[in-house]
Amino acid sequence: MVYRGPYKIRVEEKDVPRIEHPNDAIVRVTTASICGSDLHLYHGLMPDTRVGHTFGHEFIGVVDQVGPSVQNLQVGDRVMVPFNIYCGSCFFCARGLWSNCHNVNPNATAVGGIYGYSHTTGGYDGGQAEFVRVPFADVGPSKIPDWLSDEDAVLMTDALATGYFGAQLGDISQGDVVVVLGAGPVGLYAARSAWLMGAGRVIVVDHLDYRLEKARTFAYAETINFGEVDDVVVTLKRATDHLGADVVIDAVGAEADGNLTQHVTGAKLKLQGGSPVALNWAIDGARKGGTISVLGAYGPIFSAVKFGDAVNKGLTLRMNQAPVKRQWPRLLEHIRAGYLTPSDIVTHRIPLEHIAEGYHMFSAKLDGCIKTLVVTGDA
Amino acid sequence: MPYTPEKPPLPETPEQLRARIPGWGADLDPADRPSVPRERRDLDSGAHWHEPEQQPGGEDRERSIEHARLTPAFGTAQPLHGLSGAIRRYAYDRFSEGRAAHWLLLIAGDRVDAWESHLASFVSGRPDNPVTETGVLSERRRHGLSSRRDGKRVDVVHQSFDPVLVGGSWVVAGVVAVAAARTLVRRLR
Ligand SMILES: NC(=O)c1ccc[n+]([C@@H]2O[C@H](COP(=O)([O-])OP(=O)(O)OC[C@H]3O[C@@H](n4cnc5c(N)ncnc54)[C@H](O)[C@@H]3O)[C@@H](O)[C@H]2O)c1
Ligand SMILES: [Zn+2]
Ligand SMILES: [Zn+2]
Repeated sequence: MVYRGPYKIRVEEKDVPRIEHPNDAIVRVTTASICGSDLHLYHGLMPDTRVGHTFGHEFIGVVDQVGPSVQNLQVGDRVMVPFNIYCGSCFFCARGLWSNCHNVNPNATAVGGIYGYSHTTGGYDGGQAEFVRVPFADVGPSKIPDWLSDEDAVLMTDALATGYFGAQLGDISQGDVVVVLGAGPVGLYAARSAWLMGAGRVIVVDHLDYRLEKARTFAYAETINFGEVDDVVVTLKRATDHLGADVVIDAVGAEADGNLTQHVTGAKLKLQGGSPVALNWAIDGARKGGTISVLGAYGPIFSAVKFGDAVNKGLTLRMNQAPVKRQWPRLLEHIRAGYLTPSDIVTHRIPLEHIAEGYHMFSAKLDGCIKTLVVTGDA
Repeated sequence: MPYTPEKPPLPETPEQLRARIPGWGADLDPADRPSVPRERRDLDSGAHWHEPEQQPGGEDRERSIEHARLTPAFGTAQPLHGLSGAIRRYAYDRFSEGRAAHWLLLIAGDRVDAWESHLASFVSGRPDNPVTETGVLSERRRHGLSSRRDGKRVDVVHQSFDPVLVGGSWVVAGVVAVAAARTLVRRLR
């Protein structure tokens, strides 16, 4: 697929990508998926999103070519590729900050490399395509264990790893009350993961009934529909005996609804770096001394965040892009044990040719859409 | 209640939670959490180099002025070109990431790029088609109306004027541009 401008994409024939660095590989994509982050690009919110760019940072496939210095992969290997592009050896990578690499993104120092996520994250085409260039092939991709299904594997490349990581950022201790804002794939996985860390209650907030239903059945959570309550913060206080939540996870990001002014200035007119509604609800809904974990993506300019309340309440704010591959060994154990069942949230499977409609459906939240997989070839 | 020292009682005991939720407490011990602690020096990333080799061909590659050098690897997906390319290059060369001007110029470059590309597409073999490219035909197949009527969706309010907001600023910019051009022409006469 290629981007043609805000709200417009189409399928085009492009040249097969080339090996451009000795540690590159070319991967033939078999399954990709559409992430909530792709919507920020699709809506024209991410600076330096160029016409012709191919999106897609969640994908798995088969190694088609390897560069001369590649040692850990061979042509024909079935691999999953984390959404982060990273070198494995810079100051940050050497410390395990694999989502914050300094060696792969000339366009910005504040963000690492991401596949198919504009030139602000390095200018790499993504995996909603037949072929993709995978830099540092000895570092990012892993062979998919035989027992793992394609669908579970593609969900490991971002959404599942991110939700699981977000629950860890919350520093949950046994019996904590955890509120998750947003019942998209990331929020659903974060809610489910919060239990693994010993949460005592998990409450999910959204305004889409069909997603809240999933939060109850898939993530075993209590739910609040913010469209049905007058003031979410008061509702959260009442639900927590007026204490507030020990941990709040923002799995919404820059296009949050719930306050029309914030949404329109942040997500539509681009007067701020995203609509901080969810972040502000997190600050107000947390208990004093509590922790906020921010997974939602925000733009690179200022947003109207209620920082004073965060200071006065002594909150701990933790956030990052997920270092995906660090999560994999433990996630595989959890999937094997049946503790996590990632593909339960997949609602749609579409061929690459239908991707424009797939984006519209996911963006407008039609047809009960939660997670859409794009099937590009046969494995 | 926060007015007294006790934590409010939980509705379920750990035993009840363990029985109801698969894997409850499996990662109770922070040592089992893969991102704790955040920074570690003992992980094997797979890199077999101290510093990666330099990808060739980056002589003209735009970069943030906060970088001391071109990064060893970089994307080559859509090189700068045209008017949008000039705007973007100016944003990179002149302003750091710390400056709003950097990002606002890049967004402006994006809009110019879209218009340049739409215009170019009309003289190409494949003009942009707003109907297929926006995917609006899925409204019918994916239950556009009933999906929006379901429950208390708050985004429906702005979805109705999203197209105006998204496109409208360009209509306004267009009107301003035409007015400015007229004034200029009048002055020159
Ligand atoms: N940190 C990371 O590494 C990382 C990785 C993946 C995704 N993300 C970000 O996580 C966010 C969620 O991704 P997703 O795929 O689940 O997207 P999604 O669009 O499917 O989900 C977002 C959900 O938030 C709901 N929502 C909107 N406003 C809300 C509000 N004020 N309060 C509560 N809920 C609200 C929406 O109805 C929707 O269900 C995005 O911002 C995405 O960019 C971050
Ligand atoms: Zn993503
Ligand atoms: Zn690095």
